[in-house]
Amino acid sequence: MEKAIEVTNLVKTFGGKRTLFGGRTHEVQAVRNVTLALEQGETLAIVGESGSGKSTLARMVVGLEAPTSGEMKIAGRAWHDLAADGVRAFGNMIQYVFQDPVASLNPRKTIGQTLDAPLRLLKGYDDAKRKSRMKDLFDAVQMPADTHQRYPHEFSGGQAQRIAIARALAAEPRIMVLDEPVSALDVSVQAQVLVLLEDLKKEFDLSYLFISHDLAVVESISDRVAVMYFGEVVELGSAEQLFSAPEHDYTKRLISSAPRL
Amino acid sequence: MSGSATMKRVEVIKESRRPTAWQLLMNNTLAAIGFYLICAVILVAVAAPLLPIPNPDATSLAERFLPFGSPGHLLGTDHLGRDVLARLIWGTQVSLLVGISASVIAAFFGSAIGLVSGYAGGRTDNLMMRGIDMLMAFPYILLALAIVAVLGPGLMNALYAISVVNIPFFARNIRGITIGLSHREFVDAARLSGKGHLSIILTEILPNVLPVIVITMSTTVGWMILETAGLSFLGLGAQPPQADLGSMLGEARTQMFTHPFVATAPGLMVFIIVMSINLLGDGVRDALDPRLRAGALSRPRAVTRIERRDTPTAQPAGGAALNVVELETSFEGTKGPEPAVKGVSFSLSKGECLGLIGESGSGKSVTALSLLGLVASPPGIITGGRVDIDGEDILSMPETKITSYRGGKVAYVFQDPLTTLHPLFTIGDQVAEAIRVHQPVSQTEARAKAVELFKAVRLPDPEQRSSAYPHELSGGQRQRVGIAMALANDPDIIIADEPTTALDVTVQAEILRLLQVLREERGLALLFITHDFGVVAQICDKVAVMRYGKIVEAGATSEVLRNPQHDYTKRLIACVPKPGQGRAFLEGVRALLDREARGRA
Repeated sequence: MEKAIEVTNLVKTFGGKRTLFGGRTHEVQAVRNVTLALEQGETLAIVGESGSGKSTLARMVVGLEAPTSGEMKIAGRAWHDLAADGVRAFGNMIQYVFQDPVASLNPRKTIGQTLDAPLRLLKGYDDAKRKSRMKDLFDAVQMPADTHQRYPHEFSGGQAQRIAIARALAAEPRIMVLDEPVSALDVSVQAQVLVLLEDLKKEFDLSYLFISHDLAVVESISDRVAVMYFGEVVELGSAEQLFSAPEHDYTKRLISSAPRL
Repeated sequence: MSGSATMKRVEVIKESRRPTAWQLLMNNTLAAIGFYLICAVILVAVAAPLLPIPNPDATSLAERFLPFGSPGHLLGTDHLGRDVLARLIWGTQVSLLVGISASVIAAFFGSAIGLVSGYAGGRTDNLMMRGIDMLMAFPYILLALAIVAVLGPGLMNALYAISVVNIPFFARNIRGITIGLSHREFVDAARLSGKGHLSIILTEILPNVLPVIVITMSTTVGWMILETAGLSFLGLGAQPPQADLGSMLGEARTQMFTHPFVATAPGLMVFIIVMSINLLGDGVRDALDPRLRAGALSRPRAVTRIERRDTPTAQPAGGAALNVVELETSFEGTKGPEPAVKGVSFSLSKGECLGLIGESGSGKSVTALSLLGLVASPPGIITGGRVDIDGEDILSMPETKITSYRGGKVAYVFQDPLTTLHPLFTIGDQVAEAIRVHQPVSQTEARAKAVELFKAVRLPDPEQRSSAYPHELSGGQRQRVGIAMALANDPDIIIADEPTTALDVTVQAEILRLLQVLREERGLALLFITHDFGVVAQICDKVAVMRYGKIVEAGATSEVLRNPQHDYTKRLIACVPKPGQGRAFLEGVRALLDREARGRA
């Protein structure tokens, strides 16, 4: 079966550009030679600390950042073909949910206006269809129907994240990249959003690339886990196996550091 | 008696309600004066055709240089016998029109350049900004003169010149804000929604920049009117016989010494217009700035306002380092003070660690800040309760004594040390300063003590690191510095407000271990504020669970974790995923949510 995401030898380097006087600026390798694949219908978690390159990887996968070298395939299509077709090609196939839900919604636009964009531009629905889809989406993320006429600041963090998820779902993607989707939320809200994500995955037959620094959260939702450390994937395996018998030193340290009740 | 006291209270509260932008503008006396003046001027200028004034261009050489107050010519006549009042009113109309259109044109093009340049970044930004720099490098009047010289004199050409000269001002301002906005997540999100670049600039970024454009315009209109008058004064703007304020001044210049009154009227009018617009502009800027609206206009006091209805009597301290009784802290809201902390009581003994746990908005941080009156005031007020440290009520102490407790007997550690450390001083200097505020020691002694403290918090390489700046350290190292600073004056109590939330798990584990060791070594009482039950389980002896400003459950940590009594505590614990639990966690949460839904139904 065709893989949802296939990443081969991916490298991303920031800086290292030539300056006016022939020198080079400071170079940082954010992602070093990463190879991994997300199967259809799977949840693959990427864990790592700040600066480990997990967000850079995610941003490249959805086309917000261009790789320095390496290959990527999204649902069987080469990344560079998609990039040549423009942002819309990505948006139809793969969507992104940001860590800070409030920052990912434009403060001066109503939720309706924000949600209208993917429905109009990516799906090309007419007015009536857009209206009915929006209602379905609010239902799916358990938000009231009058949400569309409100502004982002009127919602709590958990509600805003539901809205951001609805926005991502509006494009009817098959793949979702979730970049720390519950880190900014209170624990009880976090649990609710995790349950919601799990339900939506079944309902819409999605594949998740789930980025997080919280091992316990990762364990509860993912099928496989990749551990990133300084831009490299140091360990990759099924969730149970990785948590019960970690192999890499860093994975061991990560697991022993997690606070326990 | 008590009735009048409550009346007074209500009045105070009414005054301090969060005002609307319009109220703020009108509260600013100078801005209000400016507003009414400019309204009057505009009204008169617009009504010029309706007013019973003579034709401004009708000459009558027999009536040259009539003084002020002459019959039929209230402000006299000029060198061609034209009525000065009529010319003044018509001239004001022209000047206002030119000034306002020039600033609209400049705002339009300047903002467009700023938006594109800030959004595109890289080479486009570089090219556009160097072009703008070139415009800015010319003295503005020379540039305007050059433009008029090419286009020829005339009011329209003067308008173009003034607009061009002012484009850089807008472009620079708007570019700065756009750069910040174009890296925000909502812009990325819009791109993934299928929006193109132009659409993102116009529908995502522009609405956020618009208030700034309006504010910038309101502060530049006056300046533009002045510049137009300047060009007309030089004979490059309005051409005779058309009147505008600048050309009136220019024509009156030759008779300045013989008939000074001819120049007085247009001179005063320019002054009134520019002054009133600038006053109004400043007012608009202050009123629209969200920070000023939230009450930052008034500087917060050194200590939170304390207006306690009643003070609970002292309780036997019983060796408690910190004893809080029925603490109530409120914030001024639209409907009077709304309590955020509603009667919180707890006590903390020497060497003990109490975890204050709750979700956002539960009032845990406000509680912590209230202990030493650190809640910003306005809008915060401590409305009840007492805080005893070593058996003395802090809230009844004079301000200076409360301030001396801060960083002395009681020290705080905050969530993100990057925001609490000063970016321009080395960490050694900052810790040394904290020592010298409370202790009479020399600079060198203080520096030496700072290095010792860095050793105590296990900062690697303490001697060298003490001359490092905060940005040169990692997050974990910065938090160690934050803790070193808290320890500077051998406090009895440390209040740590989410000290590990911003840190990675492995670093968090190290910092928690450090706090644990320091607590044992120094017998510190630790008040630990967090939202994470895992952290509480690891470090705290006692825990108090807060919700909606109240403590709903308190007790020994192991006891509360093993056998939670309150529904909210149970729920909180159930919602924390435990390592090793795997997918069973979500099943559990699902069951819990279902139960709750059924309970509601």
